[in-house]
Order: sequence, then C-alpha cells, then structure tokens
Amino acid sequence: MTRELVVDRIKCDGRGLCAELLPERIRLDDWGYPIITPGPIPAHLMQHAERAVEDCPVLALALRRVERKARP
Amino acid sequence: MNRLLAGQELRAGPEPLTAHERRLGKLPPTGKDFIETLTRSGLVGKGGAGFPVGVKWRSAAGHSHGRAVIIANGAEGEPQSKKDRVLMATRPHLVLDGAFVAARTLRASRIVLYIGEDHAAARAAMARALAERTDRERGIVTISPAPARYVAGESSAAVHLVNAGIATPTTTPPHPHERGVDGGATLVQNVETLAHVALIARYGVASGTTLVTLAGGVSHPGVVEVEETATIGELVARCGGVAERPRAVLLGGYFGSWLDPDLAWTLPLDARALHERGYSLGCGVVGLLGASRCPVCETAGIMHYLAGESSAQCGPCFFGLRALAAACSRIAQQGSNREDLERLQRWTVDVRSRGACRHPDGAVLFLQSALQQFSHDFSTHEPHSVRRTA
Repeated sequence: MTRELVVDRIKCDGRGLCAELLPERIRLDDWGYPIITPGPIPAHLMQHAERAVEDCPVLALALRRVERKARP
Repeated sequence: MNRLLAGQELRAGPEPLTAHERRLGKLPPTGKDFIETLTRSGLVGKGGAGFPVGVKWRSAAGHSHGRAVIIANGAEGEPQSKKDRVLMATRPHLVLDGAFVAARTLRASRIVLYIGEDHAAARAAMARALAERTDRERGIVTISPAPARYVAGESSAAVHLVNAGIATPTTTPPHPHERGVDGGATLVQNVETLAHVALIARYGVASGTTLVTLAGGVSHPGVVEVEETATIGELVARCGGVAERPRAVLLGGYFGSWLDPDLAWTLPLDARALHERGYSLGCGVVGLLGASRCPVCETAGIMHYLAGESSAQCGPCFFGLRALAAACSRIAQQGSNREDLERLQRWTVDVRSRGACRHPDGAVLFLQSALQQFSHDFSTHEPHSVRRTA
C-alpha cells in the first residue's frame, strides 16, 4: 500500500518536530511551517514517517493512502 | 427571452412573482435526468472556481441519501464584484427557482439562502420573493447572513456558518458535497449559477450569457449581462468605453490575473474558453487599471487587503500573506530592492497549496501575475506611498 504524508493546516502549529524527524521529505518555511515533498513515501523512509506522525504534538500530520484527488 | 436580466429595468427593483412567471412561465417539472441536461448544457459555476455544475450535482446526489441541503451562495465578499447582489435584488425568483430545482433533483429538504450581511437590498428582495411563494416552498427555506469577509463565501465556510455560526473554512475532506450541514451532503452553489439553472430547467439549454462586473477606469462601471462570445473589448465599448488609456486589466477579481490590455481586448467572456488559454473568468470581475495609476502600489494595496482577509487559521496563509504584503509595501514605499524581489519569488512558490482553503493560492497567483505583468515596474520602482482603490 502506498502512502503519503498530509498536514491538517488548521491544526498545524509550526512546532517543526516533523522536519527534524524526516528531513528527507519535510522542510520548514520561513515561518516554521512544514513544506512536504509530495508523493508516496518510499519504503526505506516509512518507519521515520510513522514516527513523525506519532510524535506530532498537535496531531496535525497523517499518513494516508495515495488516491486520486477528487474535486469539488 | 432566454436571459437572466431580461424583463423590467433593473432600477425598477425586484421582479415580482407575477412578472417573473409572465416572462418565463412557471417552473416546469424536472426529473432525475435533469443532471444530464445540466451536464449537456455545459454550465460552470459562477462563484469563482468555474467547476462544471453537472459534475458537482452528480457527486452531491451520490451522497444525498434523501437528506441533502442546498446553500444558495450570495455572500459575494469580492470587493469589486456586484453581480450577485444585483441579481438577487432584481431577479430574486430566478435564484429561488434554481434552488428549488436543486432541492428537487438532489432530494434536499432544506435550502439556506446565504446572503452577504451588507447586501441589504438583495436580502430584502429575497425575503420578499420568498413571501410570495407557497407555504410548502417557503417552509424549507431559511436566510443566513454571511459576514462581510472575503473567505466567508468559500463553500466550507458557508457550511461552517450554518452549522456553528462561524464563517471560517474547515479542513477538507470531507467536502461539503460529501458531509456538510448537519452531516448531510450539501450543495453550495453561487446564486448566479442557480439563476442559470432556472433557465436551463425551462429551455433545456444554457442562456449562453454571463454576468460581469465592470470596474475601474471605465466610463460606466457596473453589472451587465453579456453573451459569452463577446470579447472584453466589446464589453468595454458597450459600456461607454474607457475613462483613460488602460495600463492593465485585472480579470477575475482579486484571485484573478493581470493581463495586457491588447491581449485582454480579444478574449471572450467565456469561462471554458478562458480556462483553455490559462486564464480564469473567476467571479466575473473585469477591472481596468488606468495608465495614470501605479501598478506596484495597486498590487501592494490588494495584497494587504488579502492578507488581512486570511481567516488566520493556517500558518502559511496567515504569516505568508502578511510577509508578502509587507515586501510589496517596502518596494512601493522605499523603492525596488533585490532582497524583497527574491523573497516575493520564493514565498509565492512556498505559500501555494498550503492552506485548508484556497485563499493563499488565490492571493499568490494574483501576485505572480502582477510580478510577471509589471516586472519592469517592480524592478525599477521609485519610493512613494501605497494606496488602494478597489
């Protein structure tokens, strides 16, 4: 199952822990909020991605199955 | 006649039910296949996003389970746009007809008229029109005032207001058409779109017209209904021409883009045709910037407005737009400098797609078009003070 990282932008407080735990996929913008590289998380990073999700202090980060984006 | 604003003159006020039915006949019955008619008509949403209406209704129908809700969106928070309030204030029954067709088609038991709190004439006209309807029709409709904020018209914000009294966007998914008011599938549809639906229910095809708000350096600013085949040049000519030589055209409101007048003059006011060429009709605002005005200061003023209209829920939008507006102002007030130009380039990319709603995206796309269209002005700007004239 391929999964990707998503942030709940309203919950996110910019604590920045995720960027320390998964610098391969997450960097912080000039105000401390995460910028996530889009796309599925490769297998060798999955454990670190799961750790970043578990350790987010405001539970804003999640892994979800990759699916086609639906609008509206 | 198959047009929204045909019939009595606009200054005569709201068209009464009797005149409405004399002009267009009673609303005919429509069945389940109406969604196909709607899809074939090619109607796209008139609120800004330009999403195909048939696709949206089909999706809402799939989640309806007989407890759908219709929100007729007349928030119209776009400062330059006037077309929704003019439509509601003059042709309220068209909007109601469209909402009733939506309720019938999606088996909705509730309609909310979501009308900007400042649009007093529009709200009075809609309330009066509702009073002319049957008890059965009136019984399922309520009116909710939309706060006079830019983001209040965003569809999840409309649902949030009806559910909790707070008109701020919420995290999606779930989208309103999946889970909206009281957990039911909710169709949030712009009032002009619903008025077009009322015509399609009668004639089977779209009117081929669109409402436009003409603003800025023109002789007669205001709301007009034009054929989608008409070009911006024809529209301006029809409205008395330009007040001064235009420097640029802002198409689609504050989430739109700046265009060169020579190009803009040839473009049709057709949402699909514009989309194919990489432009957007947005909410139908065509704003002309006169040659005597400073495009850098104008852009800085609009960015300040948009930054102030962030609902302050998402960091990249709240901090990013404020920083972008401040950088624009520094260039405007203290003169062009390399550091701020570089920041603008970087931040417009960084901020995009990083809000719960599309407020930051609209703002940075607007700014990117300004940086492109006015690149010479931004890189050579001499200091002077910022002002905004919407």
